Amino acid sequence: MEKQKNINSKKDKDVNKPFAITLDVGTSLANETGSWRTERPVYLDRLPPCNNACPAGENIQAWLYLAEEKDYQGAFQEIMKNNPMPATHGRACYHPCETACNRKDVDSAVNIHAVERFIGDQAIEKGWVPKYDAKPSNKTVLIIGAGPSGLSAAYHLTRLGHKVTIYEAGPVAGGMMSFGIPAYRLPRNIIQAEVKRILDMGIELKLNHKVDDVQHEMKTGNFDACFLAIGAHIANRINIPTPDTSKILDAAGVLRDMETGNNPPKLGRRVVVYGGGDTAVDVARTAKRLGAEESIIVYRSGRDQMKAHDFEVKEALEEGVTLNWLTTIKEMDASGSIKVEKMELDAEGYPQPSGKFETIEADSMVLALGQNVDTSFIKNIPGLNIIDNVVEVATNMMTGYAGLFAGGDMVPSERTITVAVGHGKKAANQINAWLFDKTDSPLPKHELASFDKLNDWYYTDAPITVQPQLDVIRRHTTFEEVLGGLDDSNALYEARRCLSCGNCFECDNCYGVCPDNAVIKLGPGKRFEFNYDYCKGCGICVKECPCGAIKMEPEEI
Amino acid sequence: MDDKQRVKFYQKGTFTVGNRLVDKKERNVQASMDRSNAITSGHRACQGCGEALGARYALDTVMRVTKGKVIASNATGCLEVFTTPYPETSWQLPWVHSLFGNAPAVASGIAAALKVKGKKDTRVVAQGGDGGTTDIGFGCLSGMFERNDDVLYICYDNEAYMNTGVQRSSATPPTARTSTTMPLGDAPGNVFGTGKNMSLIAMAHNIPYVATASVSNLQDLEAKVEKAMTFRGSRYIHIFVPCPLGWGHASDITIQIARLVVDTALFPLFEAEHGAVTNSTPIRKRLPVEDYLRPQRRFAHLFKKGAIDVERIAKLQKMADENIKRFNLLRKEEDTI
Repeated sequence: MEKQKNINSKKDKDVNKPFAITLDVGTSLANETGSWRTERPVYLDRLPPCNNACPAGENIQAWLYLAEEKDYQGAFQEIMKNNPMPATHGRACYHPCETACNRKDVDSAVNIHAVERFIGDQAIEKGWVPKYDAKPSNKTVLIIGAGPSGLSAAYHLTRLGHKVTIYEAGPVAGGMMSFGIPAYRLPRNIIQAEVKRILDMGIELKLNHKVDDVQHEMKTGNFDACFLAIGAHIANRINIPTPDTSKILDAAGVLRDMETGNNPPKLGRRVVVYGGGDTAVDVARTAKRLGAEESIIVYRSGRDQMKAHDFEVKEALEEGVTLNWLTTIKEMDASGSIKVEKMELDAEGYPQPSGKFETIEADSMVLALGQNVDTSFIKNIPGLNIIDNVVEVATNMMTGYAGLFAGGDMVPSERTITVAVGHGKKAANQINAWLFDKTDSPLPKHELASFDKLNDWYYTDAPITVQPQLDVIRRHTTFEEVLGGLDDSNALYEARRCLSCGNCFECDNCYGVCPDNAVIKLGPGKRFEFNYDYCKGCGICVKECPCGAIKMEPEEI
Repeated sequence: MDDKQRVKFYQKGTFTVGNRLVDKKERNVQASMDRSNAITSGHRACQGCGEALGARYALDTVMRVTKGKVIASNATGCLEVFTTPYPETSWQLPWVHSLFGNAPAVASGIAAALKVKGKKDTRVVAQGGDGGTTDIGFGCLSGMFERNDDVLYICYDNEAYMNTGVQRSSATPPTARTSTTMPLGDAPGNVFGTGKNMSLIAMAHNIPYVATASVSNLQDLEAKVEKAMTFRGSRYIHIFVPCPLGWGHASDITIQIARLVVDTALFPLFEAEHGAVTNSTPIRKRLPVEDYLRPQRRFAHLFKKGAIDVERIAKLQKMADENIKRFNLLRKEEDTI
């Protein structure tokens, strides 16, 4: 029986051999050419520029990878690891990822925000919820403020197993997403849907609950820690001499009234907005939609110095907003005549008065000169430091008062919703560590996958997909969303424009181009391995890797 | 059709070896885990050898198409020497070497024997370097073409006799330095106006299929080998394979050099059937010939500091320009030739 089996297996072996092969012995495999090598190739992961630039710490490349396979739900879950509001961010984030994207050096950056928005919208439409696995920690955390950073912290703390309660002073959740970003950029049903998805995880939200005494609230509620995220809502004002102050409004107030007021703010036929940031542009565009015939942005410095994003200014100009740069406002008389002085840029690029004056007629003037934090209710907390009207926090986001953390617009930072969401996540991790007496130190970052690490010959030209825009006529009268979304097929196309900078996407190039068959393919999802017995160290795989995921290292002798 | 296939654009574009988004049946042979590795590891080719790569690309494709039923005859040359130092062999298919000049004749004999034995499924490949093809084996090859014997002949062109110490062959390009065309005197490097264009000579025999390919463009190369195997009779494929040692370039830029020769139009990629050109591969991004010449030490004398040989570079550029015209290499990809 045993013998029989042997004969069979020998026969099988012969059958499986390549046709007419006789030379088992004497194969060149005996000659291990790896000994020729002075340098060895090694696989590595580099940090894609998009991930590096994302303030919310999203792994953009990873979710684009899933979206490329049409696995939008997988992509959604990947986004949710870092950012609970993709439909919101796909609209309102200023996408620094796209500014960093290496594809801009091939043709144009990947339209990342449009794909994120598509995935976010799919999630809302199909009712996808985040998957996570958390054991209840029996710890409770209070969050003050239901803006982007508060909601993000609540979400991430819940994913970590903590019980979260949010106190919000206003009548709706969303913070600056609702009160700072106009509906034509971010429709309210989108915010509501994403906030609801977060709250449905078991988070308690108390609206119209203004906190006056943080310590007292923490004590009475038996909270183990607290995250402060009240934002910056107080408008900066300057003194403009006028007999009729009722004609001078502030931008934060105007945008807030748009949300909460029963009547839209009365701005009149001719509106002047003073400032050069995104908020100034938002107000000017809002004024147009409220029926203003003239909506003029007055800004003291030059066009290039404006802090507002280019696309916002472009869209505003399309809608008929006019820009009056290098101009300062001196005074406003009772009839609405505004005296302005023209400015000139000096050698250093700073605006200086020119002594030339002009007049602009206006029914109202809106100041959009930045916002400040209302620090009145936290001034007396022991250990808590307020410097330049923002709250000082350590690297772990904790204030000087143990267990009290802070983030978002109220700490020193760039004030965008994405930075705020990033703060929320970071604070959640740090609160989690603090609650368990541990330290949370993030893993060291990989080296950056810059464009010079790529071999772009392998990527075909594929121009960016442009999102459809609402007709200009309708942008004069309605608050309908200006930018349209992608559909199923162009979202897939756009996701596939990703170059996968710095991370193997299993294109098989190394496996194919090795003259010595010294690359072992491990199968789908498992990447590759070098066979150093035969690798001669020629380096072709490094040069031909499209995404820069291999490097040469000197061989140790 | 699968939904995934409807969007005909893939992350890697079209040019990498493999792609997880492409239907399995459409993927390259070189991407598959079960490719035959016709030349296995342990061969003694130099680091970054273009010929070892080109031979594996071509023969793995033949192995796939014939389901492993193929016999190869090999001329003397690098490919023969580095794969078979006695008693070792790197070949994982039936392989025979006889003389420098008779590889096509040996292949013709094998094809005749298979015909007599009625083994239609078993196919024959003959292969050699440029020396074995354009010089020493030229007579046998022309005879094989003329009789239209059922053999695919593949020439791996590294533009000189590398195995014996980089002597000039009739495939060496003008101005190139070899050990027999040193950059001395009035005509530095190989002279203009000599050499043979083997692909055009093959076409003149009216054989069923002729093609040129480069190791830099695997998709193109595999498609041509596959197509060649659909014909019976004599077929000829000329594959451009850089030689880091003989050309004096770094071992890691072998494929880059093979790409530059295509993108500068010094080596046009085309196909011909029965003596007429039927297709060419358009250049995606055209580059000046300097880009190809500069990284190679065999052309270093053209770029001496303060004495750049503008005249000869212009002559080489003119050759490239003529290729563009002749094979219509600058048309859009979707346009026919």
